[in-house]
Amino acid sequence: MKVKNLGLLLAALATLLWLVPFAWMAVASMRPDVSGVLDLASLFPHGPFGWSNYVNAWKSGRFPLWYVNTILLCGGILAVQAVTVSLAGYAFARLKFRGRGTVFTLFLLQLLLPPAVLVVPNLLMITNLGLFDSLAGIAAPYCASAFGVFLMRQTFRAIPRDFEDAAAVDGATRLQVIWHILIPLARPGLAAFAVVSITSHWNEFLWPLMAVSQPTSQVLTVGLASFTRGAESGGEWGTIAAGTALVAAPLLVGFLFFQRRFVSSLVFSGLK
Amino acid sequence: MPQSLTLGAPIPRRRRAPRSLALAFALLAPSLVFLGAFTYWPIIGVTLRALTQQRFGQRASWGMDNFARLFADPHFANTAWNTVAFAAGTILPSLALALFFALALRENGKFTAALRTILVMPLLIPLVAAAALFVFIFLPGGGLLDYYLAKIGVHSTNWLGNPDIALGAIIAITIWKNTGYYMLFFLAGLAGIPEEYHEAAKIDGAGPATRLRRITLPLLGPTIGFVSVIALVNTLVQIDHVIVMTGGGPSDSTNMILYYIYQQAEQNMDLGLASAATVVCVGGLLAIAVVGLRALERGIHYES
Repeated sequence: MKVKNLGLLLAALATLLWLVPFAWMAVASMRPDVSGVLDLASLFPHGPFGWSNYVNAWKSGRFPLWYVNTILLCGGILAVQAVTVSLAGYAFARLKFRGRGTVFTLFLLQLLLPPAVLVVPNLLMITNLGLFDSLAGIAAPYCASAFGVFLMRQTFRAIPRDFEDAAAVDGATRLQVIWHILIPLARPGLAAFAVVSITSHWNEFLWPLMAVSQPTSQVLTVGLASFTRGAESGGEWGTIAAGTALVAAPLLVGFLFFQRRFVSSLVFSGLK
Repeated sequence: MPQSLTLGAPIPRRRRAPRSLALAFALLAPSLVFLGAFTYWPIIGVTLRALTQQRFGQRASWGMDNFARLFADPHFANTAWNTVAFAAGTILPSLALALFFALALRENGKFTAALRTILVMPLLIPLVAAAALFVFIFLPGGGLLDYYLAKIGVHSTNWLGNPDIALGAIIAITIWKNTGYYMLFFLAGLAGIPEEYHEAAKIDGAGPATRLRRITLPLLGPTIGFVSVIALVNTLVQIDHVIVMTGGGPSDSTNMILYYIYQQAEQNMDLGLASAATVVCVGGLLAIAVVGLRALERGIHYES
């Protein structure tokens, strides 16, 4: 029992270190920027506290635009993905066809080669398609998702065939079966996929940075990076902390509310 | 037996799955279009581009010029070496820490659950957001690290500006960001080990260290392999903090292969060199895949 308690104690102390950046973000973002403050690094300042950093960040960055773009991007990707991964997942789960194993392996190839790696050819591709500098261009490489196909295949496989058979006896077509029976039953799988998809695209930086040059199509991460660069030269650390909180908050809050769903989705996402 | 080839036709009332190739590819087509345009064709295209050489005053021809230039470029050798050092410096500590946290926090309870939540939180924020926080933490003099180190008498350090330390700082951020993620896998793996094994070993007089070495670690083998592959791919791909914090510097000490590709393509407009570097990078990832495929497959099996 002693080893166990010692381990728990050490883990608790180490976890405090993990908390420090978040703690500083919260504390510094609430302290109005006063130049010459020596203890800006302090995690336990005396105050005063206020929201002025958030106001500054909101004014000096284009947060409303970045939020809208990011939400459109994540939503758009997810909407297309939901269709592509459900159909392909069904094919791999329920149909027997020649070359199934080979095609599945070809799908899995995408897991290892995120668009960031293929940035040079993918840039040429979206330019040729006329999608450079648009949200659609950022989204295009993600519209097929090997991870999603894999997850939906597993999900469909876990659903007993009896439901489909019963529907088939009643004369349902294959699309009707997929739409009315399998998709509703596969909702937990789709939800897990949604968590992983939104998390990874909300947080992605390099590809959106490369695929877009005009400010009006920028997403939160790209906006934050340029915003931070500007504020750093002025030493406005409180504003940076507030801006960072604005970017990170939606997913963090979602995580705190739906922890179990996030965790099980993320564990499944090993092959994202 | 009549086979239905179209989506609109009723499903044959046999329990057997139909062997319909056409239907399968109709369902796979939407995915294959995108995979073709953004995974398969890019791999082929970038390879062709890398093998195309353009000598002054001559027409473009096939050849290895780009690869010759790439391997002769000291910057590339340096980024390759940095990437290896970054991977080694990141993966071992984060996996060790993740395993430690998983073992210490595996039991259910409010306290352990809260600690696990904190450890997973860095995973949810963008790497550039983490970078924005750590720029201040590593700020020389007034930054958080130096502020608290000064209280125990350590002098200020130029964490990101010193070529000998900067990579270490980048590694520290990466460990902070990813350890919680790997811990989740180890927790799932630990949950799959039957309690009876430990009970039996206890009865036989095995101490905690022996049980860890003889039971837990061997049974976690597939999970460890699986997590290692993910971690390896992550270190190659996740370099957002390098881009915004150090820009590969100082003195190229934190430059990574992926950033090198970005620099050649975006800043030097040298698509030949960028393509050759991409081919090397893709080759490296595929090699990881082949080597790690066993572990990966077992990992998949394990998770599902």
